[in-house]
Amino acid sequence: MDKVKLKELKLNACKVRMGIIEGVYAAKSGHPGGSLSIADVLTYLYFNKMNIDPKNPEKADRDRFVLSKGHAAPALYSVLANRGYFDTELLKTLRHIGSILQGHPDKKHIPGVDMSSGSLGQGISAATGMALSAKHFGDNFKVYTIVGDGESEEGQVWEAAMFASAKKLNNLTAFIDVNGLQIDGTVEEVNNPLPLDEKFAAFGWNVIVIDGHDFEQIENALIESEKVTDKPTAIVMKTTKGKDVSFMENNVGWHGAAPNGEQYEIAMAELKKLYAEIEAE
Amino acid sequence: MADVKKIATRDSYGNALVELGNQYDDFVVLDADLAAATKTGMFKKAFPERFYDCGIAEQNMISIAAGFAATGKKVFASSFAMFAAGRAFEQVRNSVAYPKLPVIIGATHAGISVGEDGATHQCCEDIALMRAIPGMTVLNPADDTEAKLAVKAAYEHDGPVYIRFGRLAVPVIFDEDYKFEIGKGVTLKDGDDVTIIATGLMVGEALEAYEILKEKGVNARIINMPTIKPIDRDIIIKAAKETGKIVTVEEHSVIGGLGSAVCDVVCDEYPVPVVKIGVNDEFGYSGPAVELLKKFGLSADNIVDKVLTL
Repeated sequence: MDKVKLKELKLNACKVRMGIIEGVYAAKSGHPGGSLSIADVLTYLYFNKMNIDPKNPEKADRDRFVLSKGHAAPALYSVLANRGYFDTELLKTLRHIGSILQGHPDKKHIPGVDMSSGSLGQGISAATGMALSAKHFGDNFKVYTIVGDGESEEGQVWEAAMFASAKKLNNLTAFIDVNGLQIDGTVEEVNNPLPLDEKFAAFGWNVIVIDGHDFEQIENALIESEKVTDKPTAIVMKTTKGKDVSFMENNVGWHGAAPNGEQYEIAMAELKKLYAEIEAE
Repeated sequence: MADVKKIATRDSYGNALVELGNQYDDFVVLDADLAAATKTGMFKKAFPERFYDCGIAEQNMISIAAGFAATGKKVFASSFAMFAAGRAFEQVRNSVAYPKLPVIIGATHAGISVGEDGATHQCCEDIALMRAIPGMTVLNPADDTEAKLAVKAAYEHDGPVYIRFGRLAVPVIFDEDYKFEIGKGVTLKDGDDVTIIATGLMVGEALEAYEILKEKGVNARIINMPTIKPIDRDIIIKAAKETGKIVTVEEHSVIGGLGSAVCDVVCDEYPVPVVKIGVNDEFGYSGPAVELLKKFGLSADNIVDKVLTL
């Protein structure tokens, strides 16, 4: 990956993270930890990968994205706003009465949201249904989804995994966000869904393991996934929950809590500093 | 009634799917390893490349249907009522209904008339579950003619639809000229003494009850209510005003089904006594369907008895 492109991606990911903090702070609730962990992959998909048009969010041949871990909605909204689907100022209305930005993704009202989600396990099935539709009608669009590691404790994830593999849906790519934490503790402590790479492989998927904060690895994994003709791909990403906000990193308390005024200032200062550092690179 | 043609509405469903398949190529049919029983197998045979078996995984099937519909295409998803409305309730609510996707859920083997399989498969709660979901259309056709028209109407409808079909062969009531419209009840017999509102396979029983009551000097109005949601308020209010009392009949729990929907309307608009005939607050059990229906009071004789006590 050339340096200009990498720098651009890093800057955009940093903006996406600032949007997450803005949204969750304004909402006084929400899920910052698992939003920050997927900011990089969302940035790559929306700024560099997917065939989309923010001015024509419903265009028929667009690639689709389903946020199966729907509670990370602040990340999706931030990337959509930063990509031009709607004004970034709108992020400050997150979870407010009358705002289109519902606590979890709402397909009916938010430009760019391809599927409502939030009840865990259902998004990967819906993404699978989209991929099935594309295959059935000979459409060329691709379908991407992000599934949480905790989410994979839902049985429906494996129903979808079995189906997608049985129907050879190679137009489906699931990113598995292994940030290692869920509400009640570490994923190992709660119900240990790991190792997720081996489980998806056992379900017949093409599996690639990467660092979910490394754009080159994200890019290479997607290039690899497109070489496979008879399997869906699971890109199992090791990530850091709360990534790039020091006091949120790897802290289970930030799964579903909003920063107070002081914490907000610290978080934004850290992200602005990071932004300046990337710019200076 | 000798030589009355009898067809189970699940067969009507299979036939209607094939007819639709011949007309349109923009939809597919999903099932969860019950194609032989739900009769989507007829569609599978006619259009094997347009049929997808999701295996024994109803929750995934419903969300797959939602994703499929989210690409702008129509899709039917079928299983037994117990699993389509019961097991996959939350998928119907959150994946299908919340985004208002045009998924048609064809649920067969509804009610007590499942018969020998017994309580685990006798779903008498599906109408209650489905009508509680905002924006759901809930259809419960009475016979072969109405079932086929309901399938076509559901295909043309913009939004999620739940259609309930039965396993038991039931008399064909309506001829080819019968008109079906989502949201409309149909007055089958006019009368002023009492109104009997029936749905699904109870419509045939209500018509039999009409004849018996007539002999006893009671002039009953018979209304067929194939759409449970949105319910035809006008026809109910008119009946309440003109006949003063209502008996509802359904092969479903008396909690949350047609009877409750009718009560909601009359309580709001024009309170009159309503007697609900249905499955009481209990589970079913194994046995031949026809005998079970009698045991549970889902018969013309019981309708007559209830009307005469009013």
